Amino acid sequence: MIVGLLWLLGCQLAGTLIVDATGIPLPGPVVGMLLLFVVLVLRRRDAEDDPIIQVGDYFLSHLQLFFIPAGVGVIAYLAIIRDAAVPIVVALLGSWLLGLATVGWVLNLFLRRVPSVAGTEGAPGEEIE
Amino acid sequence: MSLILWLFVTVAAYEFGRWLRARTHSPLAQPVAVAIVIVGTLLAVSGTSYDDYADATGLISFLLGPATVALAIPLYHQVARLKGMVVPVLVALTAGALVSMVSGILLVRWLGGSDVLERTMAPKAVTTPVTIELTHRLGGYPELSAAFAIVIGIVGAMIAPRVLTLLRIRDPRARGIAVGAVSHGIGTARMLEESRVEGAFSGLAMGLTAVVTCLMVPLVAYFLL
Repeated sequence: MIVGLLWLLGCQLAGTLIVDATGIPLPGPVVGMLLLFVVLVLRRRDAEDDPIIQVGDYFLSHLQLFFIPAGVGVIAYLAIIRDAAVPIVVALLGSWLLGLATVGWVLNLFLRRVPSVAGTEGAPGEEIE
Repeated sequence: MSLILWLFVTVAAYEFGRWLRARTHSPLAQPVAVAIVIVGTLLAVSGTSYDDYADATGLISFLLGPATVALAIPLYHQVARLKGMVVPVLVALTAGALVSMVSGILLVRWLGGSDVLERTMAPKAVTTPVTIELTHRLGGYPELSAAFAIVIGIVGAMIAPRVLTLLRIRDPRARGIAVGAVSHGIGTARMLEESRVEGAFSGLAMGLTAVVTCLMVPLVAYFLL
């Protein structure tokens, strides 16, 4: 447990130090994610009881919990949002939908030529819920 | 006392959201959204300020950091599927970031929103800390754009899988990447529950979209703002 947590915190620390030193406009944890990816690829260990994978998977299974405090902050802006409700709601949903469709369709065009390695294993296609 | 109180309330509201989703099987019952409504109501009723609440729940917010680092794990499990995908993914994410920013700015403009609102809307598709940084650079309201990012993440968690199916996007890699590109970490949380493949690619897209958007913002600002 603690070893896995140390790796996660260590990568976040290293990522934050890199961001501070270079001034790249990315959050430290995102750089830390890329660092942990490199660590995992270099050490090539897939055991089920690996501490990094156990702790990391547990954190990820409750990812939504960690967004709650920031999300509650939305309520502080309800008055501003109400004052310009039409442009905000339409632009928010409209640009979201256009961005989603653009990425999905561009990838659909390309990925026909790049078959999924493991076939359709793990591919839902439809919603589970 | 209020520190442990609000920590308890937040985790309890999240657990209630999980129970509600398991009970209703509705994608609209995302635990994060359920908890925000419950906690927001309790803050209003008890007359507690958001700043006090944010101080009390700093521990939960902090854990978002190591959880983001952990997104490398599902990606690592998919490393065999990454071959041959680098160029398509970068092309798709660049196109998506441009479309998302440009359409956000133009829709606000056509519907009579203010110049500051255009600048606040532009970078809302990326992960919240980057949204704040970019909005600051563009001259919008950073906290409001963080609120937009969270709302659009929750919208993605609620309806993205269904919308993608309607758009006939069925490849799990494409589905994951599309959601990560427009609904960052909160969308990724939902995709992890859909399948490991979709979750892994969503996390990858979240990270890369942050990079691509940072590079595109000066360009978009030069032509449109």
